[in-house]
Amino acid sequence: MLNIRWKYVLKRTGQMILTMWIISTILFFIFRLMPGNPLVAYIDPTFTEEQQQILMQQFGLDKPLWMQYLIYIKNLFRGNLGESFFFKDSVLNVIMKVLPNTIYLMLSALIIAYSVGVIGGIFLAWKRGEKVETFGIIVTLFTRAAPQFWVGMILLAVFSFQLDIFPSGGVSTAGTVYATEMQKLLSLNFYKHLFLPALTLSIYLLGLPLLLMRSNMLDVMHESYVEMAKMRGLSKTRVMFKYAARNAFLPVITAMAVGIGYAMGGNVVIETVFSWPGLGRLLVKAVSTSDYPLAQGAFILIAGVMVFMNFVADILYSLLDPRVNIEGRK
Amino acid sequence: MLKILKNVFGQTYKFLRNDKFAMTGAIIYLIFFIIAILAPYLAPFDPHEMQREGANFMFNKPPGDEFILGTTNMGRDIFSQLIYGTRPALMVGFSAAFFVMIAGTLVGLISGYYGGRTDSILMRITDVAFGIPFTPFVIVLVGFLGPSIWNIVVAMAILLWRDTARVIRSQVLTVRERSFVEAARVSGASDLRIMFVYIAPNILPLSFLYGSLAVGWAILTEAAVSFLGFGDPQVISWGYMLNDAYVSQALSRGAYHWFVPPGIFIMLAVMAGFYIGRGSEEILHPQLKDY
Repeated sequence: MLNIRWKYVLKRTGQMILTMWIISTILFFIFRLMPGNPLVAYIDPTFTEEQQQILMQQFGLDKPLWMQYLIYIKNLFRGNLGESFFFKDSVLNVIMKVLPNTIYLMLSALIIAYSVGVIGGIFLAWKRGEKVETFGIIVTLFTRAAPQFWVGMILLAVFSFQLDIFPSGGVSTAGTVYATEMQKLLSLNFYKHLFLPALTLSIYLLGLPLLLMRSNMLDVMHESYVEMAKMRGLSKTRVMFKYAARNAFLPVITAMAVGIGYAMGGNVVIETVFSWPGLGRLLVKAVSTSDYPLAQGAFILIAGVMVFMNFVADILYSLLDPRVNIEGRK
Repeated sequence: MLKILKNVFGQTYKFLRNDKFAMTGAIIYLIFFIIAILAPYLAPFDPHEMQREGANFMFNKPPGDEFILGTTNMGRDIFSQLIYGTRPALMVGFSAAFFVMIAGTLVGLISGYYGGRTDSILMRITDVAFGIPFTPFVIVLVGFLGPSIWNIVVAMAILLWRDTARVIRSQVLTVRERSFVEAARVSGASDLRIMFVYIAPNILPLSFLYGSLAVGWAILTEAAVSFLGFGDPQVISWGYMLNDAYVSQALSRGAYHWFVPPGIFIMLAVMAGFYIGRGSEEILHPQLKDY
């Protein structure tokens, strides 16, 4: 049995690597086939002659396309993503500097969204067929249909500009310097800045766990062990939480892995609205300043996280629910 | 052919009649269509024109009798912009959905019908499409190809077909086993004939549902892309209006009349798509899928 499982993990790992390779290849061609000379794409005219030469060599831009491709793949493996035009620094450095901010924002939003979502889902399943349920579903659909940046704009206008409770952007008040990352995480100022963007992102993420939990609850409630618990005369609270919710919860955990992938994409606009210096905002900045190497690096990282999280979700799914046929999800 | 079309529309109509949610969605779209067509008559001003009174420009006017929703910081009429914004929204939404439906249905049909190696290659490609982050991809492509509405549509169409393809494929797998398909095969019908004459009509309602969801996603994404400043500068869309409001400090001035209405319109348009698509319990039974 264990053997089959490991085989599955191995097969999925192979698939993940293949997917990443194809995505990087597509990206390679997108960036080389951009209008204009690929040299223009990779070498900023403001670089010195010497810098230009180094980059030419590093990316083999004077060589034929297939050799450039091999060099590109080799560089990717080494984590060498080139130099950012805008920051005059290596792309990897620039990305690593903002990555923690994206992770803080994402994690806090995920925690809020999944705890509220799970409880909300149980509640809606409990109130099945009542007016509250219809109302709850409609509100949830609204949160999924509302543009995230617009929700962010309204929260900003109300809580920051009108009521002046929260700051309007950034990770800390201008001029604040933290000696260490830890010090930043311990300051109240940081959390004040985090609150609105995290709330906006969690509103966006809330729909999936909530609706998923609700429909799982409705499925599970017809299972014999839940019926049995009901017949034994246990209280509704006990049946709901102890018997139904526990089992309905499993798929939500796997959905959370996919949720991280979602959040990476959703971050792009939210980080921009709140001037939150993270990966998404970096990508937008890179594209609008035609900083090709930086855009490419940021995109590969976001795609990497998504592909990896899909992998985690699949593995978790097969581990948590032994009934699942390993060949497919259901 | 006519019979098939009649059958498809008949089924769609029956579906709409039986589903209150879907009916609501269809009505919302109908109203948006009417607004888009009648925009020049409904909008009191040219949305690009800077309004003035005598020698003075009407900058940042609050809502009033003359300007229903006030004016922008450049003196443009917000209400007129809102009305004209219906046009790009529908154009983007429906053209993206059209490509998505065609591509997704074809991939799903071929994959499900032929099975075997064809199936596994096409499904691998679908997996790759699922691995690409949607919004960042559209931003990168549009940012580099140049800001135009059609580039946005193309960038979205390249990825959005993936859901439709998966669902259509699994539907084809069951339809393929039905007896009328078997009968057609025995009587010597070609693969193409079986796929398009016998199987396709049975999956078209499903691809319509996925198409309607795609309308919603496309409108939402166009708004996000325009908001980030990669939109078509010639076209006043709801996303453009929000971008305009954001960069012109409308938030700190508390100009709610400027940035609230476009968001509500986007939300209504997206909801309408969701409502129609809900028929397949897409929304109430969300699978592990991502955008």
